[in-house]
This record gives sequence, C-alpha cells and structure tokens, in this order.
Amino acid sequence: MTTKENNWTVDRPSWKQRATNLVFANPQVTIGLGIIIPVILLSIFGNMITPHDPLTTHPVDRLEPPSGQYPLGTDHLGRDILSRLFLGGQTTLLIGFTSTALAVILGVPIGLVSGYFKGTTDEVLMRIMDIVMSVPTLLLGLLILVALSSSMFNLIMAIGIVFTPRLARITRSVTLSESKQSYVLAAKARGESHIHIMFREILPNVKSPIIIESSIRVGYAIMVGASLSFLGLGSGPPYPDWGFMISVARQYMYSSPWFLLWPSLALLVVIMATNILGDGLKDALNAETSGERRCLIQITITRCSK
Amino acid sequence: MKRVLTAIVSLFIVSTAVFAITQILPGSAATVVLGTAATEEAIKNIEAQLGLNRSLWKQYLDYLVGLATLNFGVSLTSQKPVIGMILPRFVRTLQLALVTTGLTIITAIPLGVIAAKKRNSKIDHLITTSTYLGMSLPSFVTATLLLLVFTSGSLAFFPSGGYIPISQSVVGWLQHIFLPALSLTVVVMAYVLRQTRSSLIETLESKYIRTARLKGVDESKVLFNHALRNGLLPTVTVLAINFGWMMGAVVIVEEIFRYPGIGELVVLAIRNRDLPVLQASVLVPSAAFIFANLTADIVYTWLDPRITLGDNQ
Repeated sequence: MTTKENNWTVDRPSWKQRATNLVFANPQVTIGLGIIIPVILLSIFGNMITPHDPLTTHPVDRLEPPSGQYPLGTDHLGRDILSRLFLGGQTTLLIGFTSTALAVILGVPIGLVSGYFKGTTDEVLMRIMDIVMSVPTLLLGLLILVALSSSMFNLIMAIGIVFTPRLARITRSVTLSESKQSYVLAAKARGESHIHIMFREILPNVKSPIIIESSIRVGYAIMVGASLSFLGLGSGPPYPDWGFMISVARQYMYSSPWFLLWPSLALLVVIMATNILGDGLKDALNAETSGERRCLIQITITRCSK
Repeated sequence: MKRVLTAIVSLFIVSTAVFAITQILPGSAATVVLGTAATEEAIKNIEAQLGLNRSLWKQYLDYLVGLATLNFGVSLTSQKPVIGMILPRFVRTLQLALVTTGLTIITAIPLGVIAAKKRNSKIDHLITTSTYLGMSLPSFVTATLLLLVFTSGSLAFFPSGGYIPISQSVVGWLQHIFLPALSLTVVVMAYVLRQTRSSLIETLESKYIRTARLKGVDESKVLFNHALRNGLLPTVTVLAINFGWMMGAVVIVEEIFRYPGIGELVVLAIRNRDLPVLQASVLVPSAAFIFANLTADIVYTWLDPRITLGDNQ
C-alpha cells in the first residue's frame, strides 16, 4: 500500500501542497504556529534587538516596574526582564522540544516492536510501560533528577523517560491494527526483514498519530520542565528558564508583581499555543488520513477519483 | 482478579525501582546524620546502626519485608519512624485531592453537559476555549497567582498557607484547603470538562438516543436517563488519571501554600537527602495512584456491564 511498490502512481498532492493545506486549512493550526514560530524566533534572535544584556546587573535599578528604559521592568538584581525572558525562552523551548524528541526516539521503536511482534514481547514491554506510568509524572521526574543530579541534560533525560510510555502506547495501538493490513503480509511474503517492515513499511503509515501525540507532548514537556526547575532542579542560575524565573520572582511577588507576571504569561502563551496546535493537527491529520483511506479502498476497485 | 494481580505486581516493581534509584543517590546516609565534619569512626558506627554495612541484596530484602509490614524505616534527620511522619501527611493530601475532585465534579460535569448539549453555540465555544486556559497554566503559576491575589491587599480572604484540622474548625479547614484545591481544580476541571463534552456528544449521536427521541421520550429524560450514564463512563477514567496527576502536582502546590501534606515532605526529604522518607513519600502516592486506577476499572465494569475485567483489548 506504500506508493513506491505500486506500478501505477496514485495522484497524491505533493508534500508542499499538503503542508500549505495543513497550515491554512485548520484555523487552530494557523493560530498555534502563528504563536510558536515568532516565540522561537524571538528567543533565538530577540537579544539582538533588546537594549540590555540579559546577564548584566544594574544594582541601582532593582525591581523596577516597566518603563521606557526597561520595557518589562527589572528583576531583583536589576537585570532587564525582557532580555532575560528571551534568553529563558531558549532554555524552556529547548527542554520542551528535545525531551519530546527523546520520548519519540525511545517510545516509537518500543511501540513498533510491541505491536508488530505481539505475544510475550508485547506483554512484557507494555507491562514495563504501565509501571513507568503508574508513578505520577512529576514524582518520577523528581526522583530521576535527584538520582542523576540536576543539570539541563539530565532534566531532558528525565522528561524524555517520563513521556516514553505514552508514545509507545499510541504507536503500539496503531501498529497492532496496521500489521494486519495486506501490505504488511505482502512484505512478509517477499521475505523482507522485520526491521524493514517495521520502519519502512509500517512507520510511514502510522506517522500521523505519532505526530499528533508528540505535538501535544511538547506542551506537557515544557510544563513539567518548568515545574521541575521551579523546584530548583533545572539548569540553575545565571541562565534563566521561565520556571526558575518564576520561583525567584515568587520571593518578591508582593513588592514587584511584574517580575512574576511576565514569565508566567510567557509560559501560558507558549503552552496554550502548543495545545491549540496539537488539537488542530489532530483534526487536520485525522481528516487527511480518513480521506486517504477512502481513496485507498477505491484503488482496489478503480483508480482513485480524487 | 487479573487486574488486582497486575496492580500488586506493579506495586512490587515500582518499589524495587524506587529502591534502585535511591541507591544511586549521591552522598552517604551517614554524612546526612552526622554532617560532613564527622570522624571516620563515627561514620562507621552510624552505618552499622542504619544497617548500611550489610550487602545490597540484604538491604533490599529487609526493605521489601519492611514495606510489606508498612515499616518504612527511621527518618535520618528526625530519627522518628517514617510511617508516623507519612500517615498524617498522606491523610491531609487525600483531603486536598478529595476536595479537588469534588470541586471538579460539581463544576466540570455540568459545564461539559451544557457544552455538549449546545454544541457549536457561543456558550460551547466560550467553555471550550476557556479549557485551554486550564490546560495551559502550570499549577505552580496558578497557585502563585492565586496566592498573590487572594492573600494580600483588598482581596485577602484566605490565609497564605498552613493547615487546620477539620475537627478543630470547619471554617478554618476550608479556608486553608480552598486555595490549594482551587489551583489543582483549574487544571483537572479542564480535562474532565473536555472529556465529558466529547463523549457526551458521541453518545448523543448514537442510534439508541435517536430511537429514544423517535419514541417521543422527553428531551431532558433522554439526556439524564439515557445519555449521561454512558456518556460519563470515560469521565471516570479521566478522573482516575487526574488523581495520579494530582499526586505529583501536590509536590508543587503544597510547597507553595506550605500545606503540610505528602508533597511538601517530598521536597523536604530531597533537601535533607533523607532516604527512607523519600522512598516512602514517593511510594505511598504511587500506590494510591495504582489503587485509584484499579478502583476506576472496577467502577467502570459496574457502570457498564458489557465490559468484563481480565480480557482487556
């Protein structure tokens, strides 16, 4: 059923067309990306346009409210909050995306193997995943970080491990139904290796649910990362991430609520954008796959009319 | 029965994993008790006293036997039995979880039903959009903002933290528990609401509801007698999953509100490197979560007799 094995090509839209369709057909995807992409760009390049260095202290101007000189005010050491917000965005987003990527790298092969081989392999792998999931997320992350000592790398590892079972489960459930399809049986009959069947035949056909799940996970990963560094288990000073900024700002919240408000708002906006994007992708990709399915059923009878 | 067995096995493996992880913690337990300036000899004595000179295998076996008899050992910092420290705190955390679940049920389910009933209306859009807010606010942000707004200035209706037992003063208990519970509710409510809405919409579109309507059953009867019973099934699962989330989130919320529950104990134990306390304060909430899942499964079969336990899938 993968197109390359067919002698006749199915009229599929090019990936460019599909990408434009995906971005603009669903308003949720448009809104989500419309927020996330600027935030990423601002965290990378934002410090080129801000007037102050994020690490320079101005002892005279401590805990200033927003003003012409400091657009969002200053923190307890007189550092410019706007520039620190951009710098903190780098860490926060990096943690969110890389830990999700790690969960995908670990979880997807586990799910593929589990759903493809079934039987005892499946039973053992899924029980392990169940057990990882039976420890509350934050507690497990906390435990891993305490054991490994806190650093940015370990934080990413901890969140990645915590989220692995969820991706493994999703991948497994779609692989289970997919591995009964005739194209998998055909590949087996051709004598293809298990690795080939799992990664070259099944994986391309189950990518939609994986993409949806990981886009939802990014928001959670940012949230868990921020929570852990709020507890003082993150990368630590002087490089701020938003969770750590909030935990510092909490000590000054009655005298300087601005300091607390900005990183909170930044976190809210980014996580909300990933949630909206995830929901939009779910609708868009589900619609796309169900359309494709219908099309593929038609192929067996006549050429796809689409 | 098979579910109960699985729960016991997971409990066993989780406790093994917790033991393994706490074994690789940096720093010796003896230095926790004595401080870093202790002499070689004093450390040896304490290690013997704590049983740290035994083989790892022996320590593990003793640990398991301890768990089975609810003996979690002795705290390294306070020298008191851990079980005595854990129990009252766990009861307080459970109170917090129960109040949160209660608040969630009385808010999320009615709102979810309204959103499903008036699908695609303005009210539905308003409710659905506001759930994004709940899903996107990390609980430490909600908690801190609530603390900022309601404990100082003109809106200072609540104390900034602490706990009063319900036996001492009902009002005081409620005042202390309300803000932490509210910051948890904001999140849980969003998930429960979305689940209630989507599963109820699905149920309302099913054939048996159409039949009921064609039969001329009153619309409110269709909703309450026919649809809700099936439509609320997945909500039970979501509530159980969120119980697990709460058991983790209390670490942050209790720390912020200085609520003396099990979450605050986790932070304390990490700070003091108090191994036995840390082991117990991670294990007890995990066990509670496993138990909550088991209960949800049983409630599920009770509500929907078509599902039988033992053969999942």
